[in-house]
Amino acid sequence: MARIIVVTSGKGGVGKTTTSAALGAGLARAGYSTAVVDFDVGLRNLDLVMGCERRVVYDFINVINGDANLNQALVKDKRVEGLHVLPASQTRDKDALSEAGVADVLDALRERFDYIVCDSPAGIERGAALAMYHADDAVVVTNPEVSSVRDSDRVLGLLASKTKRAEEGREPVTEYLLLTRYSPARVDKGEMLSHEDVHEILSIPLLGVIPESEAVLNASNAGVPVVLESDTDAGQAYNDAVARYLGEERAHRFLDEKKGLLGRLFGS
Amino acid sequence: MSFLDYFRSQKKRSAAVAKERLQIIVAHERGQRGGPDYLPMMQDELLQVIRRYVDVGDDAVRLQVDRDGDYEVLELNVTLPEGSHSPVSAGEP
Ligand SMILES: Nc1ncnc2c1ncn2[C@@H]1O[C@H](COP(=O)(O)OP(=O)(O)O)[C@@H](O)[C@H]1O
Ligand SMILES: [Mg+2]
Repeated sequence: MARIIVVTSGKGGVGKTTTSAALGAGLARAGYSTAVVDFDVGLRNLDLVMGCERRVVYDFINVINGDANLNQALVKDKRVEGLHVLPASQTRDKDALSEAGVADVLDALRERFDYIVCDSPAGIERGAALAMYHADDAVVVTNPEVSSVRDSDRVLGLLASKTKRAEEGREPVTEYLLLTRYSPARVDKGEMLSHEDVHEILSIPLLGVIPESEAVLNASNAGVPVVLESDTDAGQAYNDAVARYLGEERAHRFLDEKKGLLGRLFGS
Repeated sequence: MSFLDYFRSQKKRSAAVAKERLQIIVAHERGQRGGPDYLPMMQDELLQVIRRYVDVGDDAVRLQVDRDGDYEVLELNVTLPEGSHSPVSAGEP
């Protein structure tokens, strides 16, 4: 039975698209056929982060409008077998993503894929609501910072009330916390909320902690999902998160400060 | 305490302050959630009515829906400014 995962946050710029690409690539690499769907109408970016921008011909809205079929619009990843991308439309008309159209496309994707990862736009308006509506699972991407944590809590409220599962009174959407852009050194100095703090406030299971890392920019520059860069800290942290999502138990890494020369000298 | 620890203890506070502020606002917002959609509008109108009699701030009126067994309780808290009467509180099923 296919599962739909929404990657959501409320706040923008916290790492949703980075996470969607990583999760999609990680699931596909684990052997599951996976489609990553860009819901950010007007601000298509998933294609760039996943490195398939030059092969985009049709998009999500073309499929909804019947200008293209799903096969024509899905872009097949060149690196990972079984990974596909459904690009967002660049139209400025946000209403082009109709509720019925989204439902039809997701139903069709469920027939073909094991996992469907929905990359939500920022905010809590229409686009974000559509991205979460059909979800079975939600990865709530949060930065250790006040506005991001508060927005995540609001999103949790919406997941519990405005999704199809909630409306139909079925088992609620399974929620996971993914803490990203984490700087152990700053946490250590008391300048940044710790993973325990955020976990305590939001009280949903912690899927992973992704460190603030140069590897993320490098990977997006190259158009490679960072999870495929196995020799980087962020790549490994995402890989652990994917394994946890698939039910494996893995200890959290990268929670401690990498000690620089000064730190070692002063023994802090 | 070394001089490094001194700076460290100063900074400890910013994350601690963030956590405390978040716990308060999140608890407050969760209290309003799950309530009927008209709640914010009602809160606003109540504020306007109260302002006809007393000069109060924007956050003087707090509404909260609590579940109590089979029914819901709408809790209304109005904070009056100092020098006027003490805050009134009313509950309605
Ligand atoms: N763990 C991280 N370390 C460093 N930079 C990151 C990390 N995660 C995301 N970023 C950067 O933050 C920016 C926003 O990320 P993005 O995934 O596009 O967020 P969103 O989709 O939530 O708007 C990008 O420039 C990305 O490279
Ligand atoms: Mg994005």
